[in-house]
Amino acid sequence: MSEANEYHPSMLRGLWALTVRELKKWLKDPVMVLMLVLQPLIWMGLLGKSMNMNAIFSANSLSNIELHDIPIPGSLLNPPVNGVVILPGALITQQLQQMFSDIGSKVMQNTFGVKDYFSYMSVGMVSMIVMTTTMFSGMSIVWDRRLGFLDKVISTPVSRAAIIFAKVLNATLRAIFQATVILALAYLLGLQLSATFTLLNLLGVYAAIFLVGVGLSSVFIAFSLRSTRMERPMQIISLVTMPLMFASNTFFPPYLMPDWIQAVAKVNPLTYLTDALRQLTILPLDASALIFDFMYLGIFAAILATIGIMLSWRYLTR
Amino acid sequence: MSEEVIKAERLTKVFNKNMVAVDHVDFSVKNGEIFGFLGPNGAGKTTTINMLITVLKPTEGKASVLGYDIVKQANNVRKVIGVVPQEYTADEDLTGHENIMLCADLYGVPRETAKKRSLELLELVELDQFKDKRVETYSGGMRRRLELACGLINRPKVLFLDEPTLGLDVQTRAATWNYIRRLKEEYGMTLFMTTHYLEEADALCDRIAIIDHGRIIAMDTPSNLKDSLGGDVITISIKEDVDVSGIIRGVEHVKDLRNENGSYRIKAEFGEVTAPLIIEALRKNGCTVTKLSLSEPTLNEVYLEYTGRSIRDAEESKEAFRTQRMTLRRARAT
Repeated sequence: MSEANEYHPSMLRGLWALTVRELKKWLKDPVMVLMLVLQPLIWMGLLGKSMNMNAIFSANSLSNIELHDIPIPGSLLNPPVNGVVILPGALITQQLQQMFSDIGSKVMQNTFGVKDYFSYMSVGMVSMIVMTTTMFSGMSIVWDRRLGFLDKVISTPVSRAAIIFAKVLNATLRAIFQATVILALAYLLGLQLSATFTLLNLLGVYAAIFLVGVGLSSVFIAFSLRSTRMERPMQIISLVTMPLMFASNTFFPPYLMPDWIQAVAKVNPLTYLTDALRQLTILPLDASALIFDFMYLGIFAAILATIGIMLSWRYLTR
Repeated sequence: MSEEVIKAERLTKVFNKNMVAVDHVDFSVKNGEIFGFLGPNGAGKTTTINMLITVLKPTEGKASVLGYDIVKQANNVRKVIGVVPQEYTADEDLTGHENIMLCADLYGVPRETAKKRSLELLELVELDQFKDKRVETYSGGMRRRLELACGLINRPKVLFLDEPTLGLDVQTRAATWNYIRRLKEEYGMTLFMTTHYLEEADALCDRIAIIDHGRIIAMDTPSNLKDSLGGDVITISIKEDVDVSGIIRGVEHVKDLRNENGSYRIKAEFGEVTAPLIIEALRKNGCTVTKLSLSEPTLNEVYLEYTGRSIRDAEESKEAFRTQRMTLRRARAT
């Protein structure tokens, strides 16, 4: 029959329409968008600036230290002298403070790879926000389902894949938007970019975020599709965020953590995302490390997206 | 084109391996008619519609829409049908116009055509003034009309309406019926609808299937269904204190009679014609009729006859219905 061929529902058009719907919903709530920007700003401002690691390793940390004068028997000196030599405590304190300050910045450099903790932490913040945003935005499918919107979409000839990909794309685009905002704010607050940073590196940042976004959101969409209530995916999210966040290099280098946490951090995709982001922004770029990060993230995205899409598919073709 | 637009054969849906929602249902819908599924909540109406609109796969049996198999040629079915779901599915954060355009994108209606058609449809359902207002500001009746417009954006050959007036007040419901009739005339579609409102089935449908516990227990035109009860009910009182049962029974078309405290309750076909005949017969025998009433059977009586309970009784057990629905939802989720 000719009518059946009158229209040409295309995967791309459907995908675009459904994604635009999500983005429109998002932008029509400016308070929500503002909150999404404020939240990382508060985290970054409070955590990044309040946990002032640099200050620990500065002369200030030794300011109230008063060393006594040290008498040294002259016979111990080389060449030996008669009597007792007095080392003035004030001089030693001054020397020590000076040395500690120098050592401190070396310690920072060795521990975090950069001299200031704020830069280290704010990039970690980007991965944290990417993770929560991609998990949360998949949840809107619970509402789509409960309100009957999903069934209506299923009854149209739009590609089933477009239904899921629109959600994934929406989650990823939101994460990319937020990442850009956080990086810009962090830069204004004093993030120190490395010498190897160019604007092109931002594309790499977005690519890494995209991979994690695809992986995490597909699984959470599938999970949300199967829960009749909003509470369930929310609980799962709050359950997994903390371990993923702290058993990774988001806030602290894993090699200083106990072995068992290190083991978790080694498989935690957030570790690789954060590392890739740091390589591209604040660290001197190490190509081989970056390639490894991307490979890991690519495999992670492929596996999770496959699982997620398979699970969702079963629901969409009940 | 084949005369049978929708054809279902032993269509069955079982949830969770043991909950039979639709039980070997057979029916066919003819071109251009309004076919209604009438039954209480939880009878399997929505599940049937969901199978026909390809949202659910049947567990057993098969069905076709315009000759396309709902499982094997699901995508062809989707292109030629329009769906007006039970829920308000329009996106609250978008405007009416944006919602219709979203539907157009999903159906792949060319943009220019869609724009023109959207305005035309919004005018038809009298929402053109509100087209750029967000749906969250719409009333229930307006949302229902928007759903109607969305369901028509692809000029469907068959329109599926699931409880089209659920939750609307009486006036809005009657107005919605008018829209449905108008849309049907305008576009010459075949309509398949479900309802648990008897008046709705009576007012709109050309043919009705009464469904209960997943089975079709009666299927015919509303008037045939009512006639199948044995016709109208005539109640007569006479002045004289004599038994006239024999006389009344002798009148043509009288099928049954009961004497209730001096008044006679008569079941008869063609009540309008039969009543004067009875009066005539009684007069000839010297009796005077003091009171007469004539009532046509309603679908409620039909429903009572077939299911053994009033549809309103079925509605009473709301609690049971809710539990059942929750279970169904969960069942669908797994």
